[in-house]
Amino acid sequence: MTTAVDEQVWVPVCDYAALEPESGVAALLPGGTQVALFRTGDGAVHALSNLDPFSGAMVLARGIVGDRDGVPVVASPMHKQAFDLRTGQCLDDDRVRVTTHAARVVDGWVEVAVT
Amino acid sequence: MTRTLVVVGHGMVGHRLVQALRDRDSSGVWRVVVLGEEPRAAYDRVALSSYADSWDATRLALDGGHNDDLVELRLGDPVTAIDRTARTVTTASGRRQSYDALVLATGSRPFVPPVPGHDLPGCFTYRTIEDLDAIRAAAGAAAGDGVVVGGGLLGLEAANLLRRLGLRTRVVELAPRLMPLQVDEGGGAVLRRLVERLDLSVHCGVSTRAVESAVDGLRVVLSDGTELAAGLVVFSAGVRPRDELARACGLAVGERGGVLVDLACRTSDERVYAVGEVAAVEGRCYGLVGPGYAMAEVVADRLLGGSATFPGADTATKLKLLGVDVASFGDAHAVTEGALEVVHNDPVSGCYKKLVVSDNPRDAGTLLGGVLVGDASSYATLRTLVGRTLPTDPGSLIAPAGATGATGSGVGVDALPADAQVCSCNAVTKSRIQEAIVVDGCADVPAIKACTRAGTACGSCVPMLRQLLSSCGVEQSTALCEHFPQSRAELFEIVRATGVRTFGELVARHGRGRGCDICKPVVASVLASLGTGHVLQGDQVSLQDTNDRFLANMQRNGTYSVVPRIPGGEITPDRLLVIAEVARDFGLYTKITGGQRIDLFGATVDQLPAIWRRLVDAGFESGHAYGKALRTVKSCVGSTWCRYGVQDSVGLAIELELRYRGLRSPHKVKAAVSGCARECAEARNKDFGIIATEEGWNLYVGGNGGFRPRHADLLVSDVDKETLVRLVDRFLMFYVRTADRLQRTSTWIEAMEGGLDHLRDVVVEDSLGIAADLEAAMAEHVANYADEWRGVLEDPEKLARFTSFVNAPGVPDPSISFRAERGQRVPVLLPVPGVPGAGEVAEVKR
Ligand code: SRM
Ligand SMILES: Cc1cc2nc3c(=O)[nH]c(=O)nc-3n(C[C@H](O)[C@H](O)[C@H](O)COP(=O)(O)OP(=O)(O)OC[C@H]3O[C@@H](n4cnc5c(N)ncnc54)[C@H](O)[C@@H]3O)c2cc1C
Ligand code: SF4
Ligand code: FES
Repeated sequence: MTTAVDEQVWVPVCDYAALEPESGVAALLPGGTQVALFRTGDGAVHALSNLDPFSGAMVLARGIVGDRDGVPVVASPMHKQAFDLRTGQCLDDDRVRVTTHAARVVDGWVEVAVT
Repeated sequence: MTRTLVVVGHGMVGHRLVQALRDRDSSGVWRVVVLGEEPRAAYDRVALSSYADSWDATRLALDGGHNDDLVELRLGDPVTAIDRTARTVTTASGRRQSYDALVLATGSRPFVPPVPGHDLPGCFTYRTIEDLDAIRAAAGAAAGDGVVVGGGLLGLEAANLLRRLGLRTRVVELAPRLMPLQVDEGGGAVLRRLVERLDLSVHCGVSTRAVESAVDGLRVVLSDGTELAAGLVVFSAGVRPRDELARACGLAVGERGGVLVDLACRTSDERVYAVGEVAAVEGRCYGLVGPGYAMAEVVADRLLGGSATFPGADTATKLKLLGVDVASFGDAHAVTEGALEVVHNDPVSGCYKKLVVSDNPRDAGTLLGGVLVGDASSYATLRTLVGRTLPTDPGSLIAPAGATGATGSGVGVDALPADAQVCSCNAVTKSRIQEAIVVDGCADVPAIKACTRAGTACGSCVPMLRQLLSSCGVEQSTALCEHFPQSRAELFEIVRATGVRTFGELVARHGRGRGCDICKPVVASVLASLGTGHVLQGDQVSLQDTNDRFLANMQRNGTYSVVPRIPGGEITPDRLLVIAEVARDFGLYTKITGGQRIDLFGATVDQLPAIWRRLVDAGFESGHAYGKALRTVKSCVGSTWCRYGVQDSVGLAIELELRYRGLRSPHKVKAAVSGCARECAEARNKDFGIIATEEGWNLYVGGNGGFRPRHADLLVSDVDKETLVRLVDRFLMFYVRTADRLQRTSTWIEAMEGGLDHLRDVVVEDSLGIAADLEAAMAEHVANYADEWRGVLEDPEKLARFTSFVNAPGVPDPSISFRAERGQRVPVLLPVPGVPGAGEVAEVKR
């Protein structure tokens, strides 16, 4: 029998105030992983891989944040495909999903989980 | 056994006949040989005047029939004789062709009154593409004035062409009013006033006595002794059927000309038919394409053993010229016995409407006909009601909008019976169109056109096609996106009028949800056009597309390009050195652009401010290569150096680029100035292009290269610089306010009701009374312009956003690398994870 172990390591990334509403920024994690951090209008923070899977460029953080039918999304700045901020699922191609990371705000600091 | 059909004349009706026959003759009973006089295949003569929009004949082409083994087109070789006994025809080149059946589709020729001098050089007619080419060539040489003899429908179209070619134009009409066949006295008076407002002078009730040679052109002498100077003269005094072949071979002709045919369109020889303008059906000729098409269908049916007969014809006409609507239908002159006329006449606003109805005490009366001048919005509906009982009293149908609480058009498509003919050019009924929408699934006007042919000739039924779409529940949405039900132009007005300056407030008050990559940049652009400060101010940052957010163009590896402004393409050696040094020091790939400036590629986000600092210090500023904004005003070297130049094109290009730099617009805007008609700056493929003349400048609008290249159209000619700048101010602001998202000026003008004429009315004649407002808005833009790059450099908060990583400022993006090619750096691309087979989910880890 195995027990589920919380193997998540929380990495503090930046001051919550550095995130602007309905915008993204990129952050560099230990080991060179790039995440795109988004703060939506309701204050929530989401973290996705910064890699745009369609172009291979590290740019998702620079996309426009909004919603499609109520689903919070970022549109890739390269060719405009939309990704669900919560799940990483691409709404324009159901075969594509980008990695997501858990993110939380602790004492005014944004932390991202690495596994 | 295959039989041979010979068709003489490949005009609109000849073409339709061949199409109709080939559509039905699935077993190939007939081989068709078409013998045409014009050097090209049939084209849309109804739209002939629009040839002057582009001078591109391919735009008038009619579809179909080009790859058909059973159809042979022999063009540029007119038929000169018919031998009915041998059943052959002979052409000018001497070629003989036998036939089993013959169709005459030779159309009409323009009637030129036999006044002395009618054939002098400088006299033209108006029927073919070659006619328009000749008029255009002569207008270039003719100084100043043009005269059109004939004030009917075609005469006014011809007058409009001369006006567009920059001539002062006079129209001479024998009858006491313009368009005497279509409109009555009251309508004629209003029409004349509307036409005169547009700088056309009108001489009615006089005939042309002679055309004489004068020192610098021609002189037209009128019956009242008036002499009109004319660089060129266009005769448009009616048409005469081209029945000469028929006469020569002994076929019966009508009393007033035309090849006499019965309701089967058969001539006095049962193997010979006549269709179109040359045919006199039971003695009557029709000068419109709709009846001709109906004849073509009859003959196609007959050739295959059918028994169709000519159903009679709707001779309704509608004309939109110079922004003036004129329509006439049915018994417009109230000649039916006992007919009553109901008139609404408002000479002040320039609107005249008359309905002719039968006097029937039991109901609202039967509609017999009508005349509409100034506002023909109800034409499409009214004409289909001819011969039917009106749904409501005639007075309310023509009352001005608002007066009765109803709309001006009074009656919608829903009131029409199913068998009402919505498109009379192609005889398509309301029920057929509804079937196309509901059964065949046509969801927009182009689909209906393809499916039913409705709307493909004169186009006046197109508004009804739209109404039918919506009455069948097909949404014709102009909504920007799921967040805003408004169009871009509507949003622009809302923002302008309400003073709302944040996206959040706008979407909360006028939209829904949180916005997206469509509406956010639109709102950002609208705010920028209205001069609300730096584009990265406040909540505007999150609205901008990445290019505007980083004031540079994103490249495929996530780096950016930097394009400093080089107004007019003029640059000093010292400044060139600065660009060279910056490129070398930052390792940027360097290329001369198609826009007469220099592009530096491969800058990372964090390098951008440092690059700008060097450029700004040397006096450069952003070239907005990233923005939906003014890009470049290209120039040719012009009169300063070039031995052909007649004006200083470089000087003007620089002045205009500096004036309009930074102007945010629905799509990018490009311009150019050429120093003479050789046009080395390619001004005619720009949104606005300027070409120098001896007297001043010609202004062209609505051109572009790109996906669908289009040449710009002449808006005004020979204006001085001050007038030019004023008109460009108005043109650009009008575009900024009313175009759709990502609509270049070309498609904006094409989509505009009334097209270029309407644009000219608004911009040049100020028909909407908004010119002063547009000019003031532009003056404000010019006064408040500030360089966006400098704006970032001077503001630490904005500057802070230019880092690759929020948690590691100054660390360059490790995913970006370069290799060398032809001595410069180019990006090394990361492998793109392949899109896997359906059903799997691609987890992209990196
Ligand atoms: C750099 C340049 C090509 C070059 O190496 O010469 C260029 C590069 C781009 N063009 Fe262009 N165009 C360039 C001149 C042109 C021209 C020629 C001209 O301006 O005289 C045209 C045709 C003229 C026209 O626009 O009507 C042209 C027609 C387009 C189009 C098609 C527009 C259309 O209406 O169909 C696009 C796509 C768009 O804008 O939607 C486009 C879009 C682009 C973009 C912005 C595509 C993008 O989003 O990445 C390219 C990026 C520029 C960059 O990264 O700096 N570019 N592009 C030229 C920059 C000129 C400048 O100095 O600003
Ligand atoms: C500027 C303009 C605007 C118009 N606007 C409208 C409008 O809004 N609505 C409308 O309904 N109608 C309009 N018309 C009229 C419409 O174009 C005609 O009714 C229609 O073109 C008639 O078609 P057709 O085939 O009978 O004649 P045409 O189109 O004239 O074709 C006849 C062809 O036969 C050729 N031909 C003649 N003799 C010979 C020969 N011996 N051998 C070989 N070939 C020969 C001619 O060169 C010509 O190509 C307009 C016409 C013009 C000129
Ligand atoms: S357009 Fe005229 S002035 Fe300009 S370079 Fe060409 S020939 Fe010379
Ligand atoms: S009525 Fe002329 S195209 Fe339909």
